[in-house]
Amino acid sequence: MDNAIEARGLVKTYRGGVRALDGVSLAVETGSVFGLLGPNGAGKSTAVKILTTLSRPDTGEAFVAGHDVLRHPAKVRLAIGCVAQKSGLDLQATGRENLLLQGRVYGMRGAALHSRAQELIDRFGLAEAADRTVRTYSGGMQRKLDVAVGLMHRPQVLFLDEPTTGLDPEARVDMWNEIARLAGDEGLTILMTTHYLEEADGLARRLAIVDRGRVVAEGTPDELKGELRGDAIHVELEEHQMDGEVRRALERVPDLYDISVEARALHARADSGARAVPLVLASLEAEGVKVASVTVSRPSLDDVYLRHAGRAFNEADQEVKKP
Amino acid sequence: MTHVISDTLFMTHRHVRNLLRQPAWILISLVQPVVWLLLYGALFRKIVEIPGFGAASYIDFLTPGIVVMTCLFSAGWSGMDLIEDIDRGVVDRFLVSPASRSSLIAGRLVQGALVGVIQSVIIVVLGLIVGAEYPGGIPGIAALTIAAVLLGTAVGALSNAIGVLSRNVETMVAVSNFVLLPLTFMSSVFMARALMPGWMQSIATYNPVEWAVRAGREALAAGPDWSVVLSRMGWLVLFTLVCGWLATAAFRVYQKSI
Repeated sequence: MDNAIEARGLVKTYRGGVRALDGVSLAVETGSVFGLLGPNGAGKSTAVKILTTLSRPDTGEAFVAGHDVLRHPAKVRLAIGCVAQKSGLDLQATGRENLLLQGRVYGMRGAALHSRAQELIDRFGLAEAADRTVRTYSGGMQRKLDVAVGLMHRPQVLFLDEPTTGLDPEARVDMWNEIARLAGDEGLTILMTTHYLEEADGLARRLAIVDRGRVVAEGTPDELKGELRGDAIHVELEEHQMDGEVRRALERVPDLYDISVEARALHARADSGARAVPLVLASLEAEGVKVASVTVSRPSLDDVYLRHAGRAFNEADQEVKKP
Repeated sequence: MTHVISDTLFMTHRHVRNLLRQPAWILISLVQPVVWLLLYGALFRKIVEIPGFGAASYIDFLTPGIVVMTCLFSAGWSGMDLIEDIDRGVVDRFLVSPASRSSLIAGRLVQGALVGVIQSVIIVVLGLIVGAEYPGGIPGIAALTIAAVLLGTAVGALSNAIGVLSRNVETMVAVSNFVLLPLTFMSSVFMARALMPGWMQSIATYNPVEWAVRAGREALAAGPDWSVVLSRMGWLVLFTLVCGWLATAAFRVYQKSI
């Protein structure tokens, strides 16, 4: 089995005619982290609900851990762990009680059940809070417990629906580290949805950009960014320079384009930033221009989203929030 | 099947434990029937003097009524907890797990039944203290408790159905109040049936609250007519099954809406 998740042509229309998914196909390689990226209301959560057997598509088919989600939902449920956007924790139960109940409905009993709960409590740093009711937990702790609950029965495939939404920056970084650690677990496949571009960029091996119920782009983060031509080179100068001189110096460098100079900074793009930088520096030095710093950056997923969805990410996000 | 039973027990355990963590709830649910019994007992004490009432002591008459009423009203709120679980994503968490679907409602109903049994016993004992007599003895008390708990289970299922369909606490409370209080007054909880207006007596024939009160009161009497008790119990069982089916159907509507 090469793909832990495969979906083909998923369409889902809710009552009232809202078409949440409009033909989504996905393939997630076993053992990898896959990011489903898109603004609010793009259809990410609907896709997760279908893949986790919570919801049925109007048309299309999907296989998770080798089982058909429509024909054999019970087999899919045994194989998956799911951390939904809404936490789903029992606030009046302790962290440990939440874990134990979760294990029990998966058929875990006795010593195996209790030691697995303790293992997860230790792993997620919840030892001190484990026997307090979840009501007393911070947002970050609740989210960690959510993930622990999702892992209780040792699933093969883990779904994380917006795992960091609503967390403060520190808790978010914490969660990122946790997910990166999980990704190293043997054979665990993770599908995470996010609407933070940098999150998908840092954690996912491959990602799909979803917009208005469709996958508009798919590939590794580098592939997607690679579709945009070239790297951005940004040079800070020590002194204010005349545009003409600097521009003349840079025009001698091959494969450099989109050159712009502002007072003490210059921007340009090159097919390969790494190759262009030494030439840029040499040529500036030849003109006697002193350089304070140079940065080379790959195009961001923001740029990718803009290109495929035809509008900026933030703009798309705002659109949904309007009634 | 064993899986359904074990999951129901796990869910029941969860609901009971969560109730025990709410001291205010425990206090109110213990004090409320006491207040009802003492308050209504004192208020309507002289009612038995009306010719044709047919009972010698009002507290004897009222105690089974309060047992039924207590189970009825506790059950009416049962759906509230389900609404909260849906809002918090707890229900969806169990729906993506292999947990038995029926256990998600059944666990709440079993918890309600357990609470109902405890409340019934407390009211019966309290009735004894304030002078009620139960010639029917232990079998009578058992029959009263079963009838009240059956009614509570049925109404609890309905409450869950309304909860899952409305997904709104205010709606559920409004519906509950709108239905339960009239049903109580259109039964013989407080007033002998013979003294009700004719149209109300006709309604009472089809009122499940009346079935439970009638079965319980008959079973507590000296030399009870068990055919009366068992027929009312039979109707209550049927009613419970219908309500259970409705709750299941309502839950399916919810699942489709996800």
